[in-house]
Amino acid sequence: MNLVIGAFTMGLILSLLSLGMLISFRMIRFTDITVDGSITLGASLTAVLIMSGMSPWLACLIAFLGGAAAGMITGILHTRFKIQQILAGILVMTALYSINLRIMGRSNIPLLDTETISGSTETLLVNLSGGVTKISLFGWPVPAGDLAVFISSLAICVLLSIALSAFLKTHFGTALRATGNNSQMVRAQGINNHTMVVFSLALSNGLVALSGGLLAQYQGFADVQMGIGMMVWGLASIIIGEALVGKSGIGITIIGAILGTILFRLLIAIALRWGLNPNDLKLVTAVFVFLALVAPTLFKTLTKSIFGGQRHA
Amino acid sequence: MLKIDQLSKTFYPNTVNEVRALQKVSLTIEEGCFTAIIGTNGSGKSTLLNAIAGTFIPDTGSITLNGQNISKWYEYRRASLIGRVFQNPFAGSAAEMSIAENIVMAMKRGQNRSLRLAVTQRVRNEIADRVSVLKMGLEDRIDNPIGTLSGGQRQALTLLMATWLKPKLLLLDEHTAALDPKSAAKVAELTKYIIEKENLTALMVTHSMQQAIDLTQRIVMMHRGRIVEDYRDEMKKRVRVHDLIDTFDRLQKRELFDESVAELLLKQYV
Ligand SMILES: Nc1ncnc2c1ncn2[C@@H]1O[C@H](COP(=O)(O)OP(=O)(O)O)[C@@H](O)[C@H]1O
Ligand SMILES: [Mg+2]
Repeated sequence: MNLVIGAFTMGLILSLLSLGMLISFRMIRFTDITVDGSITLGASLTAVLIMSGMSPWLACLIAFLGGAAAGMITGILHTRFKIQQILAGILVMTALYSINLRIMGRSNIPLLDTETISGSTETLLVNLSGGVTKISLFGWPVPAGDLAVFISSLAICVLLSIALSAFLKTHFGTALRATGNNSQMVRAQGINNHTMVVFSLALSNGLVALSGGLLAQYQGFADVQMGIGMMVWGLASIIIGEALVGKSGIGITIIGAILGTILFRLLIAIALRWGLNPNDLKLVTAVFVFLALVAPTLFKTLTKSIFGGQRHA
Repeated sequence: MLKIDQLSKTFYPNTVNEVRALQKVSLTIEEGCFTAIIGTNGSGKSTLLNAIAGTFIPDTGSITLNGQNISKWYEYRRASLIGRVFQNPFAGSAAEMSIAENIVMAMKRGQNRSLRLAVTQRVRNEIADRVSVLKMGLEDRIDNPIGTLSGGQRQALTLLMATWLKPKLLLLDEHTAALDPKSAAKVAELTKYIIEKENLTALMVTHSMQQAIDLTQRIVMMHRGRIVEDYRDEMKKRVRVHDLIDTFDRLQKRELFDESVAELLLKQYV
């Protein structure tokens, strides 16, 4: 049960990464590698700020803004200075490595016994259950702290998803989605597609950094290496989500990305349980994404046979 | 009113691939005048339309529209005055978005995009209403991705989108050329209907001389980056397809003559 709750919590936290990447990779079609750096930026900012006594919520907000600034720079490098998408992302990601080290002052900051955003939820849970620190969930004892993180992550995830879905359905959000679909058409409708790209990357990396901030609190540390491979993980989650729910409608796509992330974390937890060497995790994920990218037809038949063809086009 | 003054554009200047796509083109289109641009392939018709739309900034010359000098405006800014339909029927709409979402973007052409819900019930009704004019049954499908429609249907919708808000200038670049004959005729008919109803100022590039004669009030002929003929008023009313073809032939003969003379001179002097 703890394993499942852990995977769910991790999935919910990382689904903010997936939602951010949904905006860049799927909506404006920008292959944004900044992600690996901005998730660490979010974690390091949050860790340092919480250590300095700031409220975890405010720290998360600043992490979001930090990520947004990073994404904005990638966007400007691409639109204003005509640097290719991938190179623009790599430049910012590389710069962020040094910046993150500067922020933290060292390569790793442990967050033990510090305030987290789930602190008040935990107090509430303990009070509600009459002072016990293990709460029975379907007959299993679960530490109140774990449950509190889960509930807080769920609440944040649900609120942000609703906000994002509503935003994408506004006039501005509609223009944003069209930018990746047909930038010529977007310009012909009087929309500055460059502004849209910069804004989208800011929003995207803001969410990614927020995810990093929550991750640091959940894991209990921020590490300068923690972002490596995160982009591929996010991509894997998005692909799984699309296989689960298809691509119909904004709400569905968002739910898909969240479910995909959770399922991905569950699969990882199970694989690790079964003895997968954690060092091989990134290799396995990379191979998975490769397969999903080069063989969509193969992938479709695969999912069809797994899900017994319940879904149809 | 559109006023183009001494517009020039050279691609790949000072290289072997140098193309003088526009050479000091000047043209004034009166308010409410529907003008056709005809000319051989590569004569600079699309380049002229792109220069007006702001796809690139010309080397020299100025463009004035609606009393404003728009020469330095970015493409997206010019869209507040200009509606466009492209030759490629897929270029004017976002394939993965629904008909309603595409149209709702056109309803705000050149305006600020607010954080209000875009496709409201009121907007849906308005869209269904105006789309039904096309008589393509699309009013029942406004939530379908526009990419599921045929080229002709998409081009008709693009035309509707370009004119949803009355543009100061409508640019049509061979917008029926990529369609099957039946769809092409339908889109041409729709073009005429909308332009007449809204009394639009429009520039239409076409390869069909018949279309130019039937639909428009003025015909401009381009050749090698220059305007070589301008049929208007009484002259336009009298002109027939064979007159236009004769003019083309004359241009081509003159060109051959030019080249052979050049060769002759080369032989003599080099
Ligand atoms: N973006 C471009 N880059 C280089 N050359 C171009 C570009 N656009 C047009 N040209 C060249 O300019 C000339 C005029 O092209 P165009 O305006 O498309 O002719 P058309 O009258 O057939 O529409 C052609 O020789 C074409 O190759
Ligand atoms: Mg052309």
